[in-house]
Amino acid sequence: MSLDSKVPQGPIKDKWTDYKNHIDLVNPANKRNIDVIVVGTGLAGGSAAATLAELGYNVKVFCFQDSPRRAHSIAAQGGINAAKNYQGDGDSTYRLFYDTVKGGDYRSREANVYRLAEVSANIIDQCVAQGVPFAREYGGLLDNRSFGGVLVSRTFYAAGQTGQQLLLGAYSAMNRQIGRGKIKMYNRHEMLDVVKVDGKARGIITRNLITGEVERHSAHAVVLGTGGYGNVFFLSTNAMGSNVTAGWKAHKKGAYFANPCYTQIHPTCIPVSGDHQSKLTLMSESLRNDGRIWVPKHKKDVEAIKSGALKPRELAEDDRDYYLERRYPAFGNLVPRDVASRAAKERCDAGFGVNATGEAVFLDFASAIQRYGKETAHVKGLDENDAALVKKLGQEVIKNKYGNLFQMYEKIVDQDPYNTPMMIYPAVHYTMGGVWVDYNLMTTVPGLYCIGEANFSDHGANRLGASALMQGLADGYFVLPYTIGDYLSNDIRTGPISTDSKEFEEAEKEVRKQLEFFVTNKGSHSVDYFHKKLGKIMWNKVGMSRNVKGLTEAIAEIKALREEFWKEVKVPGTNEEYNEELAKAGRVADFLELGELFAKDALNREESCGGHFREDSVELDGEQKGEALRNDKDFAYVSAWEYKGEPSDAVLHKEELEFKDIELKQRSYK
Amino acid sequence: MDMNLTLKIWRQKNASDKGSMVDYKVSDISPDMSFLEMLDVLNEQLINNDEEPVAFDHDCREGICGMCSLYINGEAHGPDRGVTTCQLHMRMFKDGDTITIEPFRATAFPVVKDLIVDRSSFDRIQHAGGFISVNTSGNTIDANATPINKADADTAFEAATCIGCGACVASCKNSSAMLFVGAKVSQFALLPQGKVEATDRVLNMVKQMDDEGFGNCTNTGACEVECPKGISLENIARMNREYLAASLKG
Amino acid sequence: MSGILNSSIGRKFAMALSALFLMFFLLQHFSINILSVFSPETFNDVSHFMGTFPLVQYVLQPVLIFGVVFHFVMGFVLEIKNNKARRISYAKNNGGANSSWMSRNMIWSGAAILAFVCLHFYDFWFPEINTKFIVGDMSGLVDPNNAASGYRYFEELQHKFVDLWRVVLYVVAFVFLALHLLHGFDSAFQSVGANNKYTKGLKRFSKIYAIGIPLGFIFIAVFHFLNH
Repeated sequence: MSLDSKVPQGPIKDKWTDYKNHIDLVNPANKRNIDVIVVGTGLAGGSAAATLAELGYNVKVFCFQDSPRRAHSIAAQGGINAAKNYQGDGDSTYRLFYDTVKGGDYRSREANVYRLAEVSANIIDQCVAQGVPFAREYGGLLDNRSFGGVLVSRTFYAAGQTGQQLLLGAYSAMNRQIGRGKIKMYNRHEMLDVVKVDGKARGIITRNLITGEVERHSAHAVVLGTGGYGNVFFLSTNAMGSNVTAGWKAHKKGAYFANPCYTQIHPTCIPVSGDHQSKLTLMSESLRNDGRIWVPKHKKDVEAIKSGALKPRELAEDDRDYYLERRYPAFGNLVPRDVASRAAKERCDAGFGVNATGEAVFLDFASAIQRYGKETAHVKGLDENDAALVKKLGQEVIKNKYGNLFQMYEKIVDQDPYNTPMMIYPAVHYTMGGVWVDYNLMTTVPGLYCIGEANFSDHGANRLGASALMQGLADGYFVLPYTIGDYLSNDIRTGPISTDSKEFEEAEKEVRKQLEFFVTNKGSHSVDYFHKKLGKIMWNKVGMSRNVKGLTEAIAEIKALREEFWKEVKVPGTNEEYNEELAKAGRVADFLELGELFAKDALNREESCGGHFREDSVELDGEQKGEALRNDKDFAYVSAWEYKGEPSDAVLHKEELEFKDIELKQRSYK
Repeated sequence: MDMNLTLKIWRQKNASDKGSMVDYKVSDISPDMSFLEMLDVLNEQLINNDEEPVAFDHDCREGICGMCSLYINGEAHGPDRGVTTCQLHMRMFKDGDTITIEPFRATAFPVVKDLIVDRSSFDRIQHAGGFISVNTSGNTIDANATPINKADADTAFEAATCIGCGACVASCKNSSAMLFVGAKVSQFALLPQGKVEATDRVLNMVKQMDDEGFGNCTNTGACEVECPKGISLENIARMNREYLAASLKG
Repeated sequence: MSGILNSSIGRKFAMALSALFLMFFLLQHFSINILSVFSPETFNDVSHFMGTFPLVQYVLQPVLIFGVVFHFVMGFVLEIKNNKARRISYAKNNGGANSSWMSRNMIWSGAAILAFVCLHFYDFWFPEINTKFIVGDMSGLVDPNNAASGYRYFEELQHKFVDLWRVVLYVVAFVFLALHLLHGFDSAFQSVGANNKYTKGLKRFSKIYAIGIPLGFIFIAVFHFLNH
């Protein structure tokens, strides 16, 4: 099957409008006869569910959490981009489009990104109307901040919890429809398979996580808004329950999986403290606006700091290596996420990591405290040479800007970041890859849609800060509700989908078989044992920096681990009860397959682009020596993998990317 | 300094089981662990001994999803302030301690299993009115068309920081949900967008809250102290005003 | 408006209104009683006025009694409802970590006050009602047939505080009253929705009131015990 992205014809700025004008609609009376299933209640799933219900469809919504409000979109801190140009600093739809394509290292589909930029302004209007309490200025108008190294201030925010506020907005829209009976909500339900009837997605099989009951649910279309798969690394900033199962089951039923290797590693996370660690905590990258990143220049100082003999703040300036400022004088500490992350890894791999595990660098606010302290003293007419006073004033400024982050750091690490530099290390944060979708957000399975982080569509090889929230809400509020109508207009005479068909029966049987296997297989290791092992392979060999040898080994190791898993996994308890281990087993089983495809995709892509860095694709000389080298001639395509049994048998389909409105350039931050 | 601890944990097979406290020992607990990571260690130990692991709710493990609960040594989310259980670190305890771990207790939060409770009553209160009736078409007025006083916007935001964990209910001697409902009512009452249907909202939400079987507020202030997000009692006072005004009107 | 008493907020509002009324009454009661320390004559005059003025007797007194009964009954009703809201209690509860003892034990301080009110009615109110409405003596005189005998109120008051046990009971009751007021005073304001920039000052005032008034009553009781 060849890939058809179904991008409409015409100039890029008119595509979406023209397309909407000519799309098939379903009349309100008929919508009542059409059922839609939405899986996942984050920004994408929640907003889609609410909107579809408002339009009049019967919507069934599923989430594995105890309430739709808890989906992991809630954890997004920084903000949401929108081309409102409220600041009058030259922002526009085109500029947001351009920044997103460039930030994605020219590996995204132009038409999708332009549409995203186009609807971005509507999102802000919508959210404000819903009562989302965005930060405001004293004049009562919305405040913006700059984010992620772009040249304009277009990020709307609600302190450090924009994600929660936007999610509560979508949740409130859902609540309204639940109250009206248009949405039927299934909490603590996990989707375990997609059911296809006559080649079309017509339902799902779920497990009630409280009772263990396996249920069949039918609909005329199925929408997956199930988030990213960063937990394939075991340690990530994702929630503990975040998983790839929905996307992976869809993949096994014929949906192509695109660009699995594109992973975003966020540079400012709290380092791992020991083997007990269950997840990583991110701190907003806004910290890099004022913090300077360094490691000691000399190994002996590294050892002294590790042993506690030397306090980091006592190390002389000359003995410190501010490696980002050294390597990237133009952008310094504000280089994009992928560049900052790789540079930290490079230093730590060279033996300059500053904590016990050797995987941490310093993020130092001492000079910012000095600078702000002096400024404040000057403004207030106080003595600028009084060191204690300057420090105190400076700390106050820092506290106002980052107080909550500093407090969070102190709670976790038990060190006072006002007086000693923070320690940070990169962590897996977001996955740009996902289920392949066309312009309509439909997967290669008719009637099966995929939105938000779960799909691959808008961020290319690297996502800009504050763009994930934008994409989730754009897909759910403003794109999918239109495009799905085009498909559903053919279903107005179909009538209710029966769950008694043999397709449902077979799918349920398969699901039951796997559940039965887990609870009866008396293996010797817990699910976490395998998950942690998988995570180690992924992090060491398919992590921030990849090479042929490591990737080849990883593929073999993951395959071997998967085989061991199916022999030795141990799941206590039964299926007919709340059984978290059983739920985890199914998720890890899918991660063990995805991990291999992930490595295979990384091996196939013999270029460095965005979050994917290949050691064999770097600039060999000149000013950019050692930096990532993209290969537009051979790799300007989306890798869409078709399932054929084992991950190693997956077949690659290429969606060639055409850049008509943006000129391809190599990124430079020197 | 690693720690050895005795844990007294509520075990209850399912909603209809009677349940009881059971003692466990864990050793070599690092002070850098979070409380939930300590429970992970216990569960790994139980699984390896062919015993059933302790069920507890958790998800984001960074203090924002509101999924984790636990009543630890007589306090919701344990002895630290301004944190959820997942952000509580073991350095708050010392070697040899006995730690009592119970589910959040309220008639409106029935136990599902072990330490997991059903908080869907919170969702139902929200269904009754926790929204502004505006369609998600995007065809609303421009976001900057209605300026909002910064102080009101900030107070609305503070109310909106509620993560719906239920610590307020668990800490209240009467299992009252007033802080939760007050926060939601306040967020909308403070914003011009929310004023339009403020009367119906507060009446419906309070009615649902009462129907769910939450207790009455006696202003002990325990909820505010134990709230991981520091939601203020002012929100309850505001809800009272809103409710009384709405009752007179409606 | 209908059914407001069926809602949790309505009930606490009613509780707060009756409390505010009772606290005002308490202040009034105290103001009159303290006169007995300084001027028995004034005390007698005011007492007679309060005891015979129709507005006080036939309007305010029934309202007061209704307020007292309502406050107690509602208090117990709420307690029962609140207990239902948590059927299984905690094995370990550290209430002291997040709230005051007073706030958590209003039912007990309230019950103690109720017991005291019974005693107090037995001591003063029943004899008073008996004299006035059953015997039919509205004169307020020690000897109803002798106008020169003077008003009986001060003498009756003094007479009550002869027994040590009664003084001790009164003192204990006033301690419970103080505990009840220490939480109840500003709680009533919160319940009627008053929580604003004045709340801090109100809380300070509430402490003065909650300790000052019961202390004053204790002073009166002890004073008469020592000076009879």
